[in-house]
Formats: sequence, structure tokens, C-alpha cells
Amino acid sequence: MTLQFNTETFRDDYSFHNSQRAIDRFPFPFHEDSYMYAVNMERHQGGPADSVYEKRFDVDEHYVAEMADRAKVLGDDPLRCQSLPHMTLAGWDLLELIMVSKSEEYPDLFELHRKGREWYWINKPLGIEDHFTFMDDTTLPYGPMEYITRQTQGDFCVLDQREDNLWMDAGMVTTQADWSLDFDIGMNFFEWHAPVPLAHEKGIFKRALKFLLNIQQGAPARRLNWTMTVNPLLDTSPENYHKWGIQKTTLTSENIGAKQHLRVELQTFFRLPRSNALVFPIRCYLMSFQDIVSKPKWGRRLNRVVRDLPEELASYKGFIDNRPLMLDYLSQFDDGLPTSFGVWPDEDITPTLQR
Amino acid sequence: MTGTAPNSTAPKTVGAAKLAVRVSAITTLNALVTRFEFQRIDGADFPTFSGGAHTVVEMMDGEKKRLNPYSLMSDPAELSTYAISVRRDDQGRGGSLFMHQKIKVGDEMALSYPVNLFVLDLRARKHLFVAGGIGITPFLAQIKQLEAIGGNWELHYSCRSPDLGSYVDELTEYYPHATSVYYDDKKQLIDLDNLLDGQPFGTHLYVCGPKGMIDWVRKTATATGWPQAHVHHEEFFAPQPGRPFAVRLKKSELTVEVGAQESLLEAIERLGVDAPYLCRGGACGQCETDVLDSDGTFLHRDHWLEDDEKESGEKIMPCVSRFEGKILVLNR
Repeated sequence: MTLQFNTETFRDDYSFHNSQRAIDRFPFPFHEDSYMYAVNMERHQGGPADSVYEKRFDVDEHYVAEMADRAKVLGDDPLRCQSLPHMTLAGWDLLELIMVSKSEEYPDLFELHRKGREWYWINKPLGIEDHFTFMDDTTLPYGPMEYITRQTQGDFCVLDQREDNLWMDAGMVTTQADWSLDFDIGMNFFEWHAPVPLAHEKGIFKRALKFLLNIQQGAPARRLNWTMTVNPLLDTSPENYHKWGIQKTTLTSENIGAKQHLRVELQTFFRLPRSNALVFPIRCYLMSFQDIVSKPKWGRRLNRVVRDLPEELASYKGFIDNRPLMLDYLSQFDDGLPTSFGVWPDEDITPTLQR
Repeated sequence: MTGTAPNSTAPKTVGAAKLAVRVSAITTLNALVTRFEFQRIDGADFPTFSGGAHTVVEMMDGEKKRLNPYSLMSDPAELSTYAISVRRDDQGRGGSLFMHQKIKVGDEMALSYPVNLFVLDLRARKHLFVAGGIGITPFLAQIKQLEAIGGNWELHYSCRSPDLGSYVDELTEYYPHATSVYYDDKKQLIDLDNLLDGQPFGTHLYVCGPKGMIDWVRKTATATGWPQAHVHHEEFFAPQPGRPFAVRLKKSELTVEVGAQESLLEAIERLGVDAPYLCRGGACGQCETDVLDSDGTFLHRDHWLEDDEKESGEKIMPCVSRFEGKILVLNR
């Protein structure tokens, strides 16, 4: 399959759009009609053909546009990419992991040729060809983590593991759901999760940390997280809140179907071999409400989840003020019929909307 | 996992994946220690690892499956071969004896992916290694890793006698200025107080060896004001034999008698119940199991559970811990 890359923007005129294929493979995050935090981990070792779970690093129609947006964000604010001095080795680990994965899984798009430490990397969609010496920082235009994450969709947190904890000691973060690498750099797992409501009381983070500390080479894991974003913005950072926060007030009953997006993060976790660090890619998928409700099961379910979500979570996820407007819209697509278990749209067994 | 949606709400086991290998060389180092080298049956390279990592070696001893962890001691940059060194333990449960007496070049075995519970702190400006006996093995890989990047390290290695000094010749030949060797039979002792006093700011201390040595080094480090986060140790507890006991596995609806020579984890595995594990030495926490009911005494031997968890009687680490009493019901 040859991918067609969209010409689109995630700012200004917001020409971002999902093709039918992108809608069909959207990682809808709700497996039942309600939502609460859980350590919802599973192995990240493949998934159904053409799903976003199939490859280690999913490349889709938004790839080229997302990388252009990342370059713009970095141009305005270089602190979105940081790596403390002891994390360079982890950066090389990450570069190797991504280059090997992409060249194996997308041979028509990426090639990696290795002769000992002399490597040759070809990235066809972005028109990049570079010869470099593996583990020699002077042979790349950027540090190894920055080099490869300027060519890979999703944010990347590279976590050092020591003292039975994880430390946010390096990262590339330009497509985040309102958190700041520059603020969190050097923090440990409990410190950077401190603002999250309810989950601490439920012991979620202690259990999640134990799980993450034990993630092993050859056994990566994944989970989904989600929030809401008005307009298809990748960069919803605290640094730029003054630019995007105000856009939440522009929703109307006429434009909500196109403007309001469900933002899903496919979070994966890989142990890095030389550094023993943990890399935590956070891949963002955006889909408008009007595209979601094109799947009858997803429309019914999203209405129920948004309706019944505890206030603390709706507030933390930043849509408490818009919730009534969302429900006015979504309830049109919920006729009260039962939904099947699991995240897939199940179009063959789902009845159409009974109005 | 293929074909399932990420819709689970319970954490899933992430155990170490396995590698099919063939024994490619066996080298007797001295009266107690033998080195085993492995190559992959599919001819591929091994996964990259970091110095300090171990692999769990799967041994098929007749009907019995033995799983023992050993430090990888080969060069992390040399991935055609993995090597371990096994010290024969005549009083142990038989894993090391099996390796020494039964394993031949050409035998097929399974290794786990590397797991590192004794990792270098890459922030360190200097790495100070203290090894006792077979505790030298993780440092051999760490030294090679540091040499490749020009790292600053120093080794103090205590052995019983020159005859039993595994890898002493190699270390003193290649790194004469970084290696100091001490022999028990010559009454040579590491002058720990002086060694720990006066290390440059930013030094990290690593110790691997017998329990007595680890306790001594950690205590001395604390007494001389070392920050705890700068002192690292690797200590595997081999499961100790004990009295047989019965255990009920509630979820599996099975009951099993744990033999005197086997661990609780091994007994659970013998029934075909898929129980999580990584280190099999009471260190990693992966096999932590909820106790649903008990009437008796727990023999906790791990260093994972907190003291209050051990006293609560609600948790057990089946890889090393045992039980004596009438009733034990586990959520497994």
C-alpha cells in the first residue's frame, strides 16, 4: 500500500482532515459506555491489519504535515526538545529503535543500510538522506533524539530509570495535551503526574509505576488516553494557552460537529537496551465529532461517556464549560440502544440510528 | 494479543520474551567456575543489552524445568554471543550442578531477553565497583561498556585465593591501573573506609558479591555519608529449600504441594499456571501475588515487599518466599 500524504495544517486555517481510511482506523478509546482511569496496559506486539496498533510506530496520512508543524513549533520555542547530558545514549537507543522499526515495517518509505557503525538513512516522504556514524554525535545535524523525533509522529518522553522511579530527563514534546516538558524536565513519575485528579487516590500511579519499571526489552506495552480539543490543534501546550485556550469559547451548535475533536493518545512504552531508559511515545490522533458519529456505535457511546464523566475529570480534561453544548449535539446520535463491548465500530452488527 | 482491542482494564503480565540458543563453548575457569557461551539457533544477533543485565537460563533437567538467573558477562557491543559464568554450588538446589555436569557444547536451551536490575547510573562522573567472588560477572560487561565510551571506573575485587580468581588475569592485564585484587587466603582486605573516603564528587558505588560483603559495603557507605542514591547493589537470593507445604490457587481452582526442593513459583508453574516473573530472585517485584487466606507463618525472603506488607500477610513473592502452616490461598 502506498500512503498518500495530506496537504493540511493544524493551525490558522485548520485544513486538517481525516480520509475514510483514517476514520475507519481511528483508535476510539472507549470499550464500554463509561470511563474511569485504569492501568489499562496491554502488550504492544502487533494488532489487526491496517489498525494503528499493527506497527511499532504508525505512519499515516498526516505524517508529512505533522512534521512540518513540529518544525514550526521548534522554530518558535526550541525548549520543546530537551535532553539532559546523561540521556544522549538513550537518544541513540531511540534512533536505532525507530530506524530499524520503520525500515522493517515500511520498506517502501524508509531504508536503513548499516555497515558496522557507518549508517545510511533514507526517509522518502520527507526527502532526507543522511550518512552518519552510529554513536558519534558530531555526524548528525541534531542530537540523536532530536534528529529522529523530527521525523516521527508523536511526542516522546525519554525516562531515566533509577531509585525505583522514572525521571523525565529528555523529550520532544510539541503535540501535547496541555503539559510542558520545560516545566517537567528532571521531575520523577509522581511529580509530573501530581496535577491529575482522582487517580492518585485510587493508587493508579503506584501500580502504573511498578508496571513501567518492569517493562522489558522485547516486550513493549501500550495504552490509550484521551481528551478534547477545539479545532484540530496539535500544539495545545501551556506555553501557547493564550493562543488556543480562547478558541474553546468559539463553539456553537452549528460548528461543533466540525470543530470539536476527540483527541486520542496511543501511548507506548519501550525499554531501551544500552541505556536501560524507558521511552514513552505519545501519539496523537484527532477526529471531529461529525466523523465519530458516522459510526453509529461510537456516536451512541461517546454521548454516554461525555454525559456520565465525573466533574473532576471533565474539568481536568478542559471541557466542563462546553459539556452542555457537546451533549446537545451528541444526544442526537444516541437512541438508547445497547452497544457491543470493545472499541471497534462493529458496523456489521450495529443497528443504524433509530430516530 | 493479535486481533484483540486495547480494551482491557486489568494490567497484563509483561514477562521477558525468550531466545532459542545453542551452547557454543564451555570453558572451565577454575575448580568452581565455568563459562558458558551461547549463539542463537536462528543465526541472528542477540538483543543489545546494558552492562549489569542478567538472563534467565531455562534448563530442562529430565521432567523438571529449572530457571536460574545469571549475569551477562560478555561485551554488550558483541552480539553474536552471550556469555555467563556459573559458580558450582554443591549445597544449592541443583541448577548450577546441572549446568556444570549435564550441559554440553551443542545443547539447545532457552534464554530470556536481558533484564537489567543493576544498571549503571549514567550521571556518574566515576563508577567505583566492589566485587566479591562470582559477583565479578556483571562488572565485566559494565567495564566493557564504559571502556567503549571512555568512562571513568575503578574496580576492587576480592577473591578467595589466586586459584579461584576468575578473570583476574584478564582484568589485571588490560586494566592494571583500574583493577585492585584482594585474596582472602593472603589475608588481604579491601580498605573500605579509606576507599570510600575521598572519592571525587559525583562518584557512584556498586557492589555485587556475597550477602555479608554487600551489607558491609552498604553500611560503611552510609556511615561515611554517601547518599543512598549513589550506592547500588545486586543481590540475587536463590530460593532456599524448606518444609513442603500446600497451597490453593483460587483463580485456577487448583491445589498444589510445594516440595522441599522447589520454590512456590516453580510449583505453580509445574501445574501449567501462567504466573508472571522476571528475576526469580526476590528483587524485581514482578511475581508479587495477593494472599486471600492463610493460617500459618510466612517465610518472606524477598527484598521487594515493604515490612508492613510482609507483616500484613496479604502479599507474597513466590519466587523466593515460603510458608509454614495449615492454609494458604493465593489469588492466582
